[in-house]
Amino acid sequence: MMRRLSCVVLGLLIGAAPAFGQAKAKATTPEIPFDSAANFLKLPPGLYMGEGTGVATNSKGHVFVFTRSGETRLFEFDQNGTFVKEFGVGSYGFAFAHAVRVDKDDNVWAVDEGTNVIQKFSPDGKLLMVLGKRPDPLEQLAIMPGGGQYSGGNRPYTFHRQTDVAWDPQGNIFVSDGYGDSRVVKFDKNGRFVKAAGTRGNGTLQFSTPHAIAVDQKGMVYVADRGNSRIVVLDNDLNQKAVYDTVGAPWAICISQGAHPYLYTSNSFPTGNNFDQAGETGEIYKMELDGTVLGRFGKAGHGFKEFSSVHQMDCRNPDELYVAEITQWRVQKLTLRPPTRTSSGR
Amino acid sequence: MKRISGFFVGASAAAAVLAASLGAQSVSEINYDANADLISLPSYGEVAGVATNSRGQIFVYARTGHAVATLGDERTFYHGGSRIFQFDSSGKFVKEIGQGVYAVNFAQQIRVDPQDNIWIVDAGSNQIVKFDPDGGYLMVLGRKPENIGVRPGTGMPASAPDVEAARNTAAPERGRGGEGGGGGRGGAAPGAGINGDGFSRPSDVTWDRAGNIYVADGYGTNNRIAKFTKDGNFVKTWGSTGAGQGQFNQIRGIASDAAGNIYVADAGNKRIQVFDGNGTFKSQITNIGTPQAICVSGGATQYLYSSNSNDPESLNGGDIYKVQLGGQVVGKFGKAGKMAKEFGMVNAIDCRTENDLWVAEVWNWRAQKVTLKR
Repeated sequence: MMRRLSCVVLGLLIGAAPAFGQAKAKATTPEIPFDSAANFLKLPPGLYMGEGTGVATNSKGHVFVFTRSGETRLFEFDQNGTFVKEFGVGSYGFAFAHAVRVDKDDNVWAVDEGTNVIQKFSPDGKLLMVLGKRPDPLEQLAIMPGGGQYSGGNRPYTFHRQTDVAWDPQGNIFVSDGYGDSRVVKFDKNGRFVKAAGTRGNGTLQFSTPHAIAVDQKGMVYVADRGNSRIVVLDNDLNQKAVYDTVGAPWAICISQGAHPYLYTSNSFPTGNNFDQAGETGEIYKMELDGTVLGRFGKAGHGFKEFSSVHQMDCRNPDELYVAEITQWRVQKLTLRPPTRTSSGR
Repeated sequence: MKRISGFFVGASAAAAVLAASLGAQSVSEINYDANADLISLPSYGEVAGVATNSRGQIFVYARTGHAVATLGDERTFYHGGSRIFQFDSSGKFVKEIGQGVYAVNFAQQIRVDPQDNIWIVDAGSNQIVKFDPDGGYLMVLGRKPENIGVRPGTGMPASAPDVEAARNTAAPERGRGGEGGGGGRGGAAPGAGINGDGFSRPSDVTWDRAGNIYVADGYGTNNRIAKFTKDGNFVKTWGSTGAGQGQFNQIRGIASDAAGNIYVADAGNKRIQVFDGNGTFKSQITNIGTPQAICVSGGATQYLYSSNSNDPESLNGGDIYKVQLGGQVVGKFGKAGKMAKEFGMVNAIDCRTENDLWVAEVWNWRAQKVTLKR
């Protein structure tokens, strides 16, 4: 009863904010043809996907999937989709998966918003670093339920439902934090706090659920400001430099590697939303880092080549994307083909 | 905690200057090596306790996996959330002990007594459990609250949860609706850790030469030491909340020397108080930061180690002090951080021999073997 009431409240909040809606660039953007291998990942018998909240690849093409199954679990598959191993079995830092990222040294970073912890694993699964701290469960008892809402604690070494992690070429660590705070936190490569920027709102250096983060080769920081339907670009010292607001609500963003990096962003179909809004959301955009929109693909839906609340994307290779979905329990591997302008021009 | 951390952030600049001017001149640095890779946890989590036995075997009590709530008959029960691991002297994992034990819930400390029995202190169940050297159950002190008192939900977002208030009220509020809820006040002797007057987030345990048991009680609201015979019969309690002699503000550790003196890490008052075995105040040590983990070494000349564990919201401090039993600081080593040789909130020190230590870190989810060099 109470839970249902809170859902109603949440629904109203989502309804009030532009969490979904028609992206301004949609009608004028050329359509990119693509193929999908939806059953690319082969789970061993007895293992099941849950909500696909995180996906990333390493330099060898191995695919890492962070999923809310019965327990939150982190799986590794090889480049052919064959199961390799599981990371952090039974870890204290796995309660509610949010994102997984692979750094330039192929270390695997798991962002868990149920424990407020980010774990850094070596490629062979050894725990190398822990950022954040799981709240003392005994302290949680007296304040439950109702936790997990925005409270803006803005503390240097603890997160509040942080959402994603990224690194600049020097190895500095950037965390988008998150549902309970509204900020970006910068640490040096040794995990020491450098600074934090951002409060709740829709103004300059304000965020409404910063949901994903990416850093380019120059160290510029791209924040997916989901609730404000915009991507906010910060410099390496977390000063605001630009806003891209024509591509819908960015649930997932990523920057491809190589000489000419591209920015991808997903205007995801909101989890739990009524499907009559599916026609207005669900597409993924390909952009230049300066915000120029190059193309788009996909639409909301549970079906083949459709997207059901894309939650994270990997775009190491700009023409070969992995997308993890919440409301269809899967990861799709997408192969993009050269863009063609749609004949209708819509 | 919230209030304390706020203070630390605000005063950090001044504190750093002060620490530099006082500390650097007066306390010598002890050279040391540290190995963070000697043991690897079968399941990752916060390492609250580490201890060795006389054969060099290593025991770890870690918060790992998840505390689980079971919906029952108008009540919610809870279990799990921590595990006890045993390693051989080379660091190889040997076995888990205490699987599924009722008290294993929120790891706080593990100690090995002179007879190699293994003791765990659990702040979730408010219990201390004694296992034999092979991990068989021997004794329990304190009682776990029968159920948790989950407040009825309003469905509305909580207004900025006050964690400090939560910490102070969680233990007493839990355990309602059942005989012997650990936090409830009843007719039993204060500090007995039994029906009616339980421990409140106990933090540590030690023994004197006769085998009497001293429980640090603890992180919660009690601020007292409870003494039991070696058979677990309640003897007495001392201490109350405050800053005077024999008063405490969050007891995070306890240790004893060969003469039977009891050392109490009185963290909130930034001191270690020394008592005889009857609870009579003898002296205090105040120049060692905020003591969290303390340990008295073996050997003919005993030393006291005390971790000035870093505040949760800073990587300041973190150094471990080596102190003569009389209170004179010999030196210190280490600093807070996340890399090898650095310390992430040390919650346990094992110092069976003077220069070979094990330290357990809550924030870095590991235990390091530390070797002090001359």
